[in-house]
Amino acid sequence: MTRALQLLFFILVRIVVTFVLGLNVRRRELLPTSGPAILVANHNSHLDTMVMMSLLPLKQLSTLRPVAAADYFLKTRAMAWFSLNILRIIPIERNRGARRADPLAACHEALRNGEILILFPEGSRGAPEEMTALKKGIAHLAEKNPSVPVIPVFTHGLGKSLPKGSFLLVPFFCDIFVGKPISWPGARDTFMATLTARFAALSTEKDFAPWE
Amino acid sequence: MTLLPIHMAIAGIWGLLIVASLIVFALTRRQPATDHSELVQRTTSWWAMIAVFTAAFLLSRTFSIVIFALVSFLAFKEYLSMIPTRRADRRVLFFAYLAIPVQYYWVGAEWYGMFAVFIPVYMFLFLPFVMLLSQQTEGFLKAVGTLNWGLMLCVFSISHAAFLLVLPVDGPGSIGGTAASGAGLLLFLVFLTQFNDVAQYTWGKLFGKTKIVPQVSPKKTWEGFLGGMLTTTVLAVLVAPLVTPFDALHAGLAGAMIAGAGFIGDVTVSAVKRDLGVKDTGALIPGHGGIMDRIDSLTFTAPLFFHFTRYLYT
Repeated sequence: MTRALQLLFFILVRIVVTFVLGLNVRRRELLPTSGPAILVANHNSHLDTMVMMSLLPLKQLSTLRPVAAADYFLKTRAMAWFSLNILRIIPIERNRGARRADPLAACHEALRNGEILILFPEGSRGAPEEMTALKKGIAHLAEKNPSVPVIPVFTHGLGKSLPKGSFLLVPFFCDIFVGKPISWPGARDTFMATLTARFAALSTEKDFAPWE
Repeated sequence: MTLLPIHMAIAGIWGLLIVASLIVFALTRRQPATDHSELVQRTTSWWAMIAVFTAAFLLSRTFSIVIFALVSFLAFKEYLSMIPTRRADRRVLFFAYLAIPVQYYWVGAEWYGMFAVFIPVYMFLFLPFVMLLSQQTEGFLKAVGTLNWGLMLCVFSISHAAFLLVLPVDGPGSIGGTAASGAGLLLFLVFLTQFNDVAQYTWGKLFGKTKIVPQVSPKKTWEGFLGGMLTTTVLAVLVAPLVTPFDALHAGLAGAMIAGAGFIGDVTVSAVKRDLGVKDTGALIPGHGGIMDRIDSLTFTAPLFFHFTRYLYT
């Protein structure tokens, strides 16, 4: 039942994403055709998760697991049900106090099961269309799973369409830039530097129309 | 279903498309070394566009109007994604988008008075009002100016093509009911506008020497423009008896006007792109660029052809 609801929800999402927004995806062929894999994207809007989940074919839907903040997505009962059953998030504790031994345990398990994680290492949506420093959790995840490809995806325009704090969706064409997969370089610092550099390159691939 | 002359006209367009595709195919065979991928993409996209257009035509008038509303929406979205906008104006942009279904509702309701004034009067006055509510005056004039211009170009202009469908045309050569004659006029406009683009491009490729506005569009030449105009005018005179109530003189005038206005629409959008520093307005139509790249000429030919017809034949 929830599987059918999930499918229905994401078909609707795809219709909205295709017709109301419209995506211009560069290098779609670099997206993983099967798990395990980690998709890493910049975070500007609630649309990010929806768009990331729309990038892969529907038949891969059951393997997609967005990693999301437990304090936000499990806040109310209704939201928790939606997050866990429809979006099928892996909840992560953001504040240290509530953390168990390994906060990423569920992520490791998902990767072992061949699932595709969707991660936003900025941690929060922040100011629209601005990237902040990446959090290091992703490096720990990559270190423990060195054979899993990490694919950086830069999105532009979703923060314009639906920025943090707004409920009004304004249509804009959105640009998606898929980067080459990063394989584990051997050290966390090197990994973070590579990831940051990859995002810097993807985000300057096109001159975007000013928006302030 | 009885076979009307308009069906023959549509069949003729498909015939032309098949001939063009065969030429492109022969070209890729004869010169395997040169890269024809853009030309092939362009031709493939023409198949898709003509298929949508034909389906809209044959299914129903309402469906055709909805398709044009969709074209306006895509063009307007492309325009707003391309130009600088202000975060404070999100709500204003939302209202501007809402003008699209309303404008096409007037078309469907055959309410000419409202159709003609809704955007240039009511939206023109309403949008700056909503905009000032955010009290952000920096960049106000530029924001309201670009927004209104985009709405005029992508929505108001293009909606004139759709209004041809409901225009009650009379006069000699009118074919059957008003719907049929409206569809004929729309077909005449869209076909000749797009044909003229191709004709000017082809003449320019073959004989182009003297540049017209090199700083705006370096590939536009007098040879291409005049050659295209001549071909379009001749073709207009030939096909007019099939789908329009025009006599030979009016058909020729309409053809020449479509060629001239189409050229101006094309270079106007080129000037906008050059100002913004972009090559294409988008990536919606493979080989062509964005939807604005395809309908740039139509934004100028549609309202002019509409009023030409309305003045002479209603």
